Amino acid sequence: MTTLVYLIPVALFLGALGLAGFLWALRSGQYEDLDGAAERILIDRDDKPDL
Amino acid sequence: MSCCAPGAEMALDLDSGTSVLPSSQEIKLASRSLGDGLSQTDLSVPTVHCAACIQSIETALRKLDRVESARVNLSTKRVSVQWRGDDVPPLVAALGRLGYQAHLFAPEVDEKDKTLSELIRAVAVAGFAAGNIMLLSVSVWSGAEGPTRDLFHWVSALIAIPALAFAGGIFFRSAWNALRHGRMNMDVPIAVGVSLAYAMSLYETINHGDHAYFDASVSLLFFLLIGRTLDHVMRERARTAVKGLSQLAARGAMVVRGDGARDYLPIGEIEPGMQLLIAAGERIPVDGKIIRGSSDLDCSLVSGESTPRNAAPGEPVQAGVLNLTGPLTVQATAAAKDSFLAEMVRLMEAAEGGRAHYRRIADRVSALYAPVVHLTAFATFLGWMAATGDWHRAMTIAIAVLIITCPCALGLAVPIVQVVAARRLFENGIMVKDGSAMERLATIDTAAFDKTGTLTLGQPRLINASSIDPAMLAIAADMAAHSRHPYSRAIAGFAGPAGRPKLESVSEHPGFGIEASAAGSTWRLGRRGWAGWKARTGGEGRHGHGGTVLTKDGIIVATFDFEDALRADARAAIRELRDAGVAVEMLSGDTAGACGKVAEMLDIDSFVPALLPSGKVEHIETLAKAEHKVLMVGDGLNDTPALSAAHVSIAPATAADIGRSAADFVFLRESLLAVPLAVDVSRKAGSLIRQNIAIAIVYNAVAVPIAILGHVTPLIAAIAMSASSLLVIGNALRLQGFVANAPAQDARRDRRAGVDQLAQSS
Repeated sequence: MTTLVYLIPVALFLGALGLAGFLWALRSGQYEDLDGAAERILIDRDDKPDL
Repeated sequence: MSCCAPGAEMALDLDSGTSVLPSSQEIKLASRSLGDGLSQTDLSVPTVHCAACIQSIETALRKLDRVESARVNLSTKRVSVQWRGDDVPPLVAALGRLGYQAHLFAPEVDEKDKTLSELIRAVAVAGFAAGNIMLLSVSVWSGAEGPTRDLFHWVSALIAIPALAFAGGIFFRSAWNALRHGRMNMDVPIAVGVSLAYAMSLYETINHGDHAYFDASVSLLFFLLIGRTLDHVMRERARTAVKGLSQLAARGAMVVRGDGARDYLPIGEIEPGMQLLIAAGERIPVDGKIIRGSSDLDCSLVSGESTPRNAAPGEPVQAGVLNLTGPLTVQATAAAKDSFLAEMVRLMEAAEGGRAHYRRIADRVSALYAPVVHLTAFATFLGWMAATGDWHRAMTIAIAVLIITCPCALGLAVPIVQVVAARRLFENGIMVKDGSAMERLATIDTAAFDKTGTLTLGQPRLINASSIDPAMLAIAADMAAHSRHPYSRAIAGFAGPAGRPKLESVSEHPGFGIEASAAGSTWRLGRRGWAGWKARTGGEGRHGHGGTVLTKDGIIVATFDFEDALRADARAAIRELRDAGVAVEMLSGDTAGACGKVAEMLDIDSFVPALLPSGKVEHIETLAKAEHKVLMVGDGLNDTPALSAAHVSIAPATAADIGRSAADFVFLRESLLAVPLAVDVSRKAGSLIRQNIAIAIVYNAVAVPIAILGHVTPLIAAIAMSASSLLVIGNALRLQGFVANAPAQDARRDRRAGVDQLAQSS
């Protein structure tokens, strides 16, 4: 029983962390162009930082 | 760098020859200001499809002066560019140099993104809650007891609260909306079931009870939200694809002031009396009268006439007509809101009837289903009260009945089938705007086709090429390459090998033809009366005044005959529709002669020529009164009211803007076989939906007696619900393997036959 008292919050916290991560990714537009993201990995970037 | 630009796009293998590139003024009107002198322009680039495309477009655009950033979105095939200053950088030209055609699209309504992200957030929250609660429930089912079970129940109750509030809100709002208007939809039993289950479980938890249904209520929401989100994503994808098509209507026009100053004004600000400059290749923005210039006008989108019309000063022109060959000065006679286009929109709104009365299958089923379920649960409660007098037990069992009958399978049965069907159609270049459109299409018994632009391509085709001297044809083709008149384009396709006299000083005479000199003689390609000025007798010959000829120093050396080219597979499509038990009719604004010829070639028995837009609507309404369910297929502005009057409607991608937005389906490829395919898939989807509903009912017939007898525990409820959901999803997926490619060969044979027949009929 005592183990449950901290294991359940830990499990829930980790789950909530995943949920928060997903919602953040959604909000920051990472799901707007899934096809593009898949292709962009093939583009060689120059050394200078992108705009 | 255009490794893959031409024709690469899966869905858009259209001939883009007729589309007009947006002018920089138009782009400026369409861009929005971000403040600080920064503006953003979104362009649709349909041919972008790989990493190399992304890179070359982004690098090229960023190299332009004053461009701050450029980003390609591959999913929507769009590029958004941010730039500074007052003038638009040469974006379209830069893309054109790379081999990508760019165009503007209809302005975006931001509402859709909100719905989608709300749905996805709801799915995420419900999924998180369902997963965690299920985890706790499994331990309860495996034998957790006493205080541990209570703890698990309490934690579940806490996790369920955000899920119900956030994810459930979608259903509660929709159910409340329906009830307030005295209607019944699928969300009513869902909302009632979920909230009662939660309330009862909470009561159980407080009283240290055994059974809590938190898992059932939350995973129910999760399953249903998945179906709903998929449905939304599919429709959104189709809408985006349709919106990405190039806009045909002009956004503005060049106005010449009294003092000669020129201004580019948006359409809404053009007033009657203003003088507008319409360059060759532009569409006329408002109704007007020509005051200067002569040209040829393409009215196919407006009136359905397939032959280009000559335009001379004094003649009236309608909004939407395409100016082909020469610049025109037009005096506006009506503001945009009183123009032909606006008139069509009014007719369209007045005609909206067929689909407004349609009720979705799911709503019709739930109108019967919900009362039955709720009455059953209530009767169970009364029965157990009478039998045992234990109200707590009676209540528990009644709620178990509600949960087990909660239309999980039913709520998934319809959207899942439609998502799979829409996907199949999408792969074939057919966009479905709305799930109910498929249900409506499955019921049709009559199909009415527009002629110009739908059954035909609205582009002329040279039909006597084989009887023309190849040398003459080659010269004509060279000359024709200098003009955008549809006849010229048809001839230009026959360019022969090099080695003919080089053309000098080519000039186009709008309304007449093209003149060129080569090797000391004067060549003219154009109307008989103008080009063959020495062959006086031929002026009104067999081909009439409008016959097209090639002349050398005034002597006719070749004559050209044209025919409006049939859309690919038109014959096969008509035959397949007829085989599917659909009567086919043709409604056209063109002359009886032109209609008769096409009807004969396509084997259409009944056609009505020379119809005004309102005439088409009346015809469709007459059919509707005779209890026919009519499918309207059309592309022109003049078809738009008919498109919305019909039970269901389909438009090709080349249709006028408002036609595309009025139609339920839009097909992007040239082949007309899209129409029978859409009907076929819709009918199959319809029968799968009925099967799925039958499965759901059978499931209930088995599960409800068990629930009424009080044998349902949360474990049984969870298993039964998941099993029935999987069953309907599996059944829906069968649609994917359904339609084989058998008709393709048939169609090819048919196309050849059609060409032969065309040649004979000339």
